[in-house]
Amino acid sequence: MAKTALQFRHNGRDVAIFVDGGTNLLVALRELIGDMTPKFGCGQGGCGACSVLIDGELHLSCLTLAETVAGRSVETLDGIKDGPSLHPLQRAFADNFAAQCGYCTPGILMAAKALLDRNPQPSRAEVVEAISGNICRCTGYEPIINAVLAAASVGRARA
Amino acid sequence: MAVTVRTFASTGEAAAALSSDRGARYFGGGTLVMRALNEGDISISTIVRASDHALTRIDATGSRVTIGAGVTFARILAECGLSFLHAAARSIGGPAVRNMGTVGGNLFAATPYGDFTVALLALDAMVSVQGGLGSRDVPIEEFLQTRERQTGTLVLAVSFQKPASADAFRYRKIARIKPKGGAVITLAAHLPVSSGRIVGARIALGSMAPTQIRARAAERALEGRTLDGATISAAAAAAIEGTSPADNALASGWYRREIVGVHLRRLLSGQE
Ligand SMILES: Cc1cc2nc3c(=O)[nH]c(=O)nc-3n(C[C@H](O)[C@H](O)[C@H](O)COP(=O)(O)OP(=O)(O)OC[C@H]3O[C@@H](n4cnc5c(N)ncnc54)[C@H](O)[C@@H]3O)c2cc1C
Ligand code: FES
Ligand code: FES
Repeated sequence: MAKTALQFRHNGRDVAIFVDGGTNLLVALRELIGDMTPKFGCGQGGCGACSVLIDGELHLSCLTLAETVAGRSVETLDGIKDGPSLHPLQRAFADNFAAQCGYCTPGILMAAKALLDRNPQPSRAEVVEAISGNICRCTGYEPIINAVLAAASVGRARA
Repeated sequence: MAVTVRTFASTGEAAAALSSDRGARYFGGGTLVMRALNEGDISISTIVRASDHALTRIDATGSRVTIGAGVTFARILAECGLSFLHAAARSIGGPAVRNMGTVGGNLFAATPYGDFTVALLALDAMVSVQGGLGSRDVPIEEFLQTRERQTGTLVLAVSFQKPASADAFRYRKIARIKPKGGAVITLAAHLPVSSGRIVGARIALGSMAPTQIRARAAERALEGRTLDGATISAAAAAAIEGTSPADNALASGWYRREIVGVHLRRLLSGQE
């Protein structure tokens, strides 16, 4: 079957790939672009490990038809650091022991970024809500929630 | 397996493509269609999309509200004119699912999903559909009862009368996992009041039958009455009439039957 040409912005850089009809964005990112930061957990929308931002909005890349991002901007964990410096969220996750195996971490960081981008000073309840589509099987949610709140307070100190 | 993706500028062309091909499936937010494709569902050979802006329009300015089938739950939550629907929209999935999932797709979502549709059923919504022969309005109850035969028609929008007051529309979803989880049961009530009495009560239930249903006996118990303790008890006792809930991983049919009256009582008495 013929492949379709697809162009979009990936972490601020224009990319062009050829996809089979029905390919999801997670497969396109990992296998065709080589960005391994979004993870495959379930392919069913249930775990959030594949979370990315599309035009700044949180989406599940495993449930996104790759062709629908034509001309749009896709941001993954790979794009949030600034050169060798970690993003404040990444720093806070390290400092607050918010990652054990780390498999859920890229998705949770993107969900947390989506929250802080529009609400820099969230309440604890808002953090819980923001990461409610993400499953962590080992760290436990408390250190993760604390890390997101810590990153928000760092942002506050800077502002 | 690769499928063919066809995107059309007009809803008419998309509807024609859907009705002419048994393997064609419309792609709304894709949260269910993409899941099926990822699982290797070979009944889908073509994906149909429509880029018509009418599908993503919300008109909530007047007393009659129209919501395009392609409107997401996140959009509903951002619309202050639709605050009576915020509880229903917020009860669906996590934030990413709300950014993706649409009102149109929810009309087709099988149990345990379809929560927003329970709210639409209590609002007596009309569903505008476009088939091969043009567009028409179908009452939501009829739409749901013939849903299996609706594959091949394109839903354009839903429309309904805005409830007169915040108190006149109520919604409650019972889930085991909070803030996100599949429904044990879902309830919505529209209780229009005229000179202190309920006129045109609508009670809708999710997960109590193969599709969302109206609790007609409970509606009758409310009709023409004031919402006092005796009326609420009568409606709660009647909630189970006509239901046929199934067993699934979230709860047994027996449990659903046990709790539906309890939650209808809480909904009607304004309890948390
Ligand atoms: C993790 C997760 C959690 C979820 N939680 C909930 C929940 O709590 N409550 C809930 O109700 N749902 C839930 N869902 C299910 C689903 O996301 C919603 O029901 C959503 O509304 C489906 O809409 P969609 O646009 O994504 O549907 P799609 O996947 O695009 O479509 C679903 C079906 O509807 C058809 N369809 C879609 N739009 C149209 C149209 N305009 N005309 C004709 N046919 C159409 C499609 O062909 C397909 O058969 C969840 C899903 C996931 C993955
Ligand atoms: S891999 Fe996408 S939600 Fe699990
Ligand atoms: S750190 Fe292992 S799943 Fe979250």
